[in-house]
Formats: sequence, structure tokens, C-alpha cells
Amino acid sequence: MQILIVISNLMLPLVFVLILSYGISKGVKVYDAFIEGAKDGMRCAVDIMPTLIGLMMAVGILRASGALDIFSRIISPITDLIHYPSELVPLTLMRLVSSSASTGILLDLFKQYGPDSGIGRLVSVMMSCTETVFYTMSVYFMSVKITKTRYTLPGALIANFAGVLASVFICKIIWGQIR
Amino acid sequence: MLNYLWVGMIFIGILTAAFTGRMEYVTNGAIDSAKEAVNTIIIMVGVLSMWTGLMKIAEKSGLIDYLSNKLKPFLKFLFPDVPPNHKAMKYIATNVIANVLGLGWAATPAGLMAMKELQKLNPEKDRASRAMCMFMVFNMSSLQLVSVNIIAYRSSFNSANPSEIIGPGLFATLVSTAAGIIVIKIIEMRREKCRY
Repeated sequence: MQILIVISNLMLPLVFVLILSYGISKGVKVYDAFIEGAKDGMRCAVDIMPTLIGLMMAVGILRASGALDIFSRIISPITDLIHYPSELVPLTLMRLVSSSASTGILLDLFKQYGPDSGIGRLVSVMMSCTETVFYTMSVYFMSVKITKTRYTLPGALIANFAGVLASVFICKIIWGQIR
Repeated sequence: MLNYLWVGMIFIGILTAAFTGRMEYVTNGAIDSAKEAVNTIIIMVGVLSMWTGLMKIAEKSGLIDYLSNKLKPFLKFLFPDVPPNHKAMKYIATNVIANVLGLGWAATPAGLMAMKELQKLNPEKDRASRAMCMFMVFNMSSLQLVSVNIIAYRSSFNSANPSEIIGPGLFATLVSTAAGIIVIKIIEMRREKCRY
């Protein structure tokens, strides 16, 4: 499984080489295109700034009040059964509903435990394989006025659940104990 | 939705603080977090812009179109009900590639167009077709090559190696996508007898 760490280190350089050589071979002014695209990134970051301030503030209040800790303690007998850290339950649930609110909780966890802790790594992996199921479904299906979504929701939840299990599994194998 | 969620979080926090006597922490927590949000964004702008800049090159050189074309045989397997040259296929391909490359803002418009085209093929207009269910589950299993945002957030919290999660993340997302496809294919097969 150490191959995954090798992939981590090689991925970005590989993407660079691939995209740049393809761009040059097609006669694209690669540097100008890069600058143009980087501007989009700036705009994107400025756009999410107000949402992030609002939601990190709300999560900050929740954390400081002790509410998150109390919730974790209540739920821990259940999560211990499947060896899942109870601190991650708020994030896991919020992830299904709102992408910005779950980002707020993610950053709060980074602040609390550090991104290189067992918990920090697990949430990083988890966030890359899960999706805001409820939000996405309502946007897409509402856009074409579909009310009977049939087996979409169970299918998506199973996929997300499999992703969470895979994250716990792979983090334990590569980095050892999560807590 | 977010309105209630947001108010809920703040009220529950303040109410809990009233019982636990941590009101002054709440004040500082709110101020600190707001400050932290801005710091986070300022540091993540660098990583994010690097990625969007790179992707602009991919877009201009036609690499994204090229990859979408390469996806066709795979999409034929996922969506047997959709004619291979139908517009819907093109939008689905664009949506998938944009998601894989972490271009959320390009993925959503293409995804909505795909739904619109799939709706044209749908015999029952208020009920999701087979192809729609598969498309949505595939879309929400979040197949992604590099989670750029997560790397950016990690680096803004001073991770020693922000990109170390790429490989494990790829593994986990492949598992979730495979699980989604398998589940939907099984459901489809079992319902084959009573089609639509």
C-alpha cells in the first residue's frame, strides 16, 4: 500500500508534465493561459470567502461552547463499536447536507488536531471521496422537475458509506492507529 | 436549508454555553474563527490558482475534449439506454472529466445540461429514468484525481506534506465509485423484468 504514497508524490509533477507538453505540442501559449486560469482561481477564492467566514464562525461557536464534545461523548458508544472516531460524526453527517458547512467543520478539526494527525489525515481522505448528496440531488432533480428519484438516494448513500469505510481502512494501513 | 442550519449551529452553541458557563469562550471562538477563515483563504488562493491555471492550459489545448472522447466506451457501459451519439453523452462526459480534474464550476453546468437531455429521453417526466439514477449516483460518488481544495486547506494549516493524501484519497474515491456503480447495476438487473 506504500505505492499510494508514491502516487501522492508523483501525481502533481505528472499532471504538470502531461498538461504542459500537450499544451506546447498544440501550440498553446501556455504561460498566458496559466495566468488567465490563475485569475479564475483568485476569483473563486474571493467568492467563497464570505461563506467560509460565516460558517467557520458558527462552527467556532459550537466548538467553544462544548456542544461538539458533548455530542461526540453521547454518540461514542455506538461509533466505538465500529472503531470510528466519534469526533468525526458531526463532519460525516454535515458532509451529506452542505459542502461549505462541512468545510467549516473540516477546518475546525484541522485547527483542533492538526492536518498531520491521525484524525487530520482521515478527514482529508474522507472529504475527497464523499459528496453533498442531499444538496446535489435536490439541485439536479429540481432542475428537470423530477419528484420520484427512485433508488438514487440509497445508491448514493451506499457509495458514500463505502468511501468512508475505505478511508478508515486505508488510513489505518498506511499511518497506523487513527487516535 | 443553509439558513436553518446556520442559525441552528449558532443557537445550539450559545445555548450550550449558557449551561456549561463557557460564554466568554464563545465570544472568542466566534472572533477567532472569523479571523481564521480569512487566513485560510489567503493561503489557499495560491494552491487553487496554480490548479486553475494549469487546467486553463488543458482546456485551451483541447486536452479536456480529448479525454471526454476517450471516455465513450466506458459511458456506453454505464448508460446502455442513451444512444452513443446523443447530446446527453457529450454533457455527461464533460461533467465526469470536469469532476475528475476537480473543476467543480465547470462540472455543474455540464451536469445540469446532461439532466436536461436525459429528461428528453425519459418517457415519464416526473420519474427518474435508469440513466438518470446512474448518472446521479456516479456523479455523487465524487470520482476525483486530486482533491485540490483539501490540499490547499491542509497547506494553510501548515501540514508538513499537504499532498500525501492524494494516493489514499484516490483509493477511497475509486472504492466509493465502484460501490455506487455495482449497486446501481445490481438494482437495474433485478428490475430488468419490470422495465420502466
